Amino acid sequence: MTTRTVAIGSSVGLHARPAALFVEAVNKAGVPVTICKPGGDPRPANSMLTIMALGAKHGDEVVLGCEADNADAVLDELVALLERDLDAE
Amino acid sequence: MAAVIQGIGVSGGSAFAPAVLVGDPVRPPADEQVVDSDTAASRIREAFEEVAVEIDRRAARATDSGAEILKATAMLARDPGLIEGAIAETGSVGPATAIDRATQGYVDQFEQLGGYFAERATDVRDVGNRAIAAVLGEPSPGVPALDGECVLIARDLAPAETATLDRSKVAGIVTEEGGRTSHTAILAAQMGIPAAVKARGCLELEDGTPVLVDGDTGQVHVDPTGEQVERLRKRAERRTAALADSHGPGSTKDGKAVALLANIGGVEDAVAAGQEDLEGVGLFRTEFVFLNASEAPTVAEQAEIYRQVFEPFGGRRVVVRTLDAGADKPLAFADLGAEENPALGRRGLRLSAERPDLLDAQLEALAIAAADTGADVRVMAPMVALTEEAAWFARRVRENGLKSVGVMIEVPGAALRARHVLEEVDFGSLGTNDLAQYTMAADRMQGELADLLDPWQPALLDVVATACEGAAVNGKPMGVCGESAGDPLLALVLTGLGVTSLSMAPSKVAMVRYALSQHTFAQCQRLAYVARSARTAQEAREAVLAGAASAVTVLL
Repeated sequence: MTTRTVAIGSSVGLHARPAALFVEAVNKAGVPVTICKPGGDPRPANSMLTIMALGAKHGDEVVLGCEADNADAVLDELVALLERDLDAE
Repeated sequence: MAAVIQGIGVSGGSAFAPAVLVGDPVRPPADEQVVDSDTAASRIREAFEEVAVEIDRRAARATDSGAEILKATAMLARDPGLIEGAIAETGSVGPATAIDRATQGYVDQFEQLGGYFAERATDVRDVGNRAIAAVLGEPSPGVPALDGECVLIARDLAPAETATLDRSKVAGIVTEEGGRTSHTAILAAQMGIPAAVKARGCLELEDGTPVLVDGDTGQVHVDPTGEQVERLRKRAERRTAALADSHGPGSTKDGKAVALLANIGGVEDAVAAGQEDLEGVGLFRTEFVFLNASEAPTVAEQAEIYRQVFEPFGGRRVVVRTLDAGADKPLAFADLGAEENPALGRRGLRLSAERPDLLDAQLEALAIAAADTGADVRVMAPMVALTEEAAWFARRVRENGLKSVGVMIEVPGAALRARHVLEEVDFGSLGTNDLAQYTMAADRMQGELADLLDPWQPALLDVVATACEGAAVNGKPMGVCGESAGDPLLALVLTGLGVTSLSMAPSKVAMVRYALSQHTFAQCQRLAYVARSARTAQEAREAVLAGAASAVTVLL
């Protein structure tokens, strides 16, 4: 399992529009990706509800995981997405 | 074809829009059968998809922001976390129970997060409830996502449902059950949504049927003629024209002041009512401060809430009713146990007598907030029956430095002995809803008993008259804060009986002000005499309608 830890860049935290954009990106990647708070229980990242239930605020860290062959590329892209202030765009 | 369903009008005005039926919520059966995991999984997937498709269909018909909201809701119904979560629960329980558990899991998490998330919890619960109904093959429950103006048709609405209604879409409300003082009635009036309750047969209507609701007469016209729609539209025009010049403090034509006040139940109500043309608050229900709390709120916490409620009213009066809880509205931190007859049990001041610490903390907080805001705060106790109780309460209020103390008159025993009860305090306020319930021995929550609870019942008017006489002997003011204060004709009768302030849903103030301005005090007294001379509630209302100024009756 390849993992990445990233701090949420969106000023409103990871919900509403930023969460929707993230789920869209996960679905586009086409491989299973997990998400959790550091030390938490990894859950499928293709669910808006799961993402929102994390309650991740601006600056909070989340851990992404992926077991696919192209895990590095997929996670790099998702990390870059989460680092941006998606709400401002 | 045109048909008329006769209900009880509880919130004035009229509405003409297609019917939208609110289904009864469906709960998973307690003895739901466990099915094999593959069957359960596919039934759960199908149920959520059915819900999503139904919402998509509405979204396609909706425009702009409505469609956006509906699409987001449909996404929830397709959320893999929710669907897989439900499937994961199916090992030991049936599919409906599994959906309920998965939904509740998210609802709990969102409610804990608060704010924005707490609002989403409602959406998740709604999607979950629909999926439960779908998996059981029952019709969809709850207020559906609305995509345009409509008249809601329901068995009854839960307080939470009514409170979260979208005022811009819900043009009217019709319920099969409920009564004059049920929560739906009170909240509809608060929100200014025309409503009729106890409209027997309204649940037979089909979604989309054009419906014309008259919230004054309680008539629900099914598929009305253009003429009927036109008649009510003209009445609305006449009203707007008549009320346009009606402003300022309430008084009779010859200048007898009758203060027009608002009933409020929270900070939002206070902010809204504070902007209205009215003279303050005649009933601030404080239960909301306590009902959802797991521990008794501290003095500081309460003071902050009361400050927010008082501020919008500047120097205007705010009459605060102290905590009115009991076995039907139990508090987590002051539960005295279940009672056979909660309405007749240890509630209101009787609870305060058992737990004076709660009352003292509330009075201290009210005194702090009053001093901070400079508001004209007056405090009254609910469910007072005895002169000794009034004296006990008055002493406690004054010890806390609050200047004005009163009692609710809602127990016939206190109304009959108002002469002595009012000696102990500065003012009285008739809670006509409970007073009717106790005078006629008829449960307010029992829709079938609505006729007994009719505020025009001559017996109730007699009890009110006696209470007013008792106050007058002491030179003390007596107000009314029940729903009858908001009925323009009854307001005339109450004024004639000697009532000096009327507290109601803010949306009703303008009509009452206008009705008062068209009658002298002597005319009000005459109408009161006419009403009390009647043998039945219906005759009382008809007699007053016939005797009132036509400038008012043409608007009804």
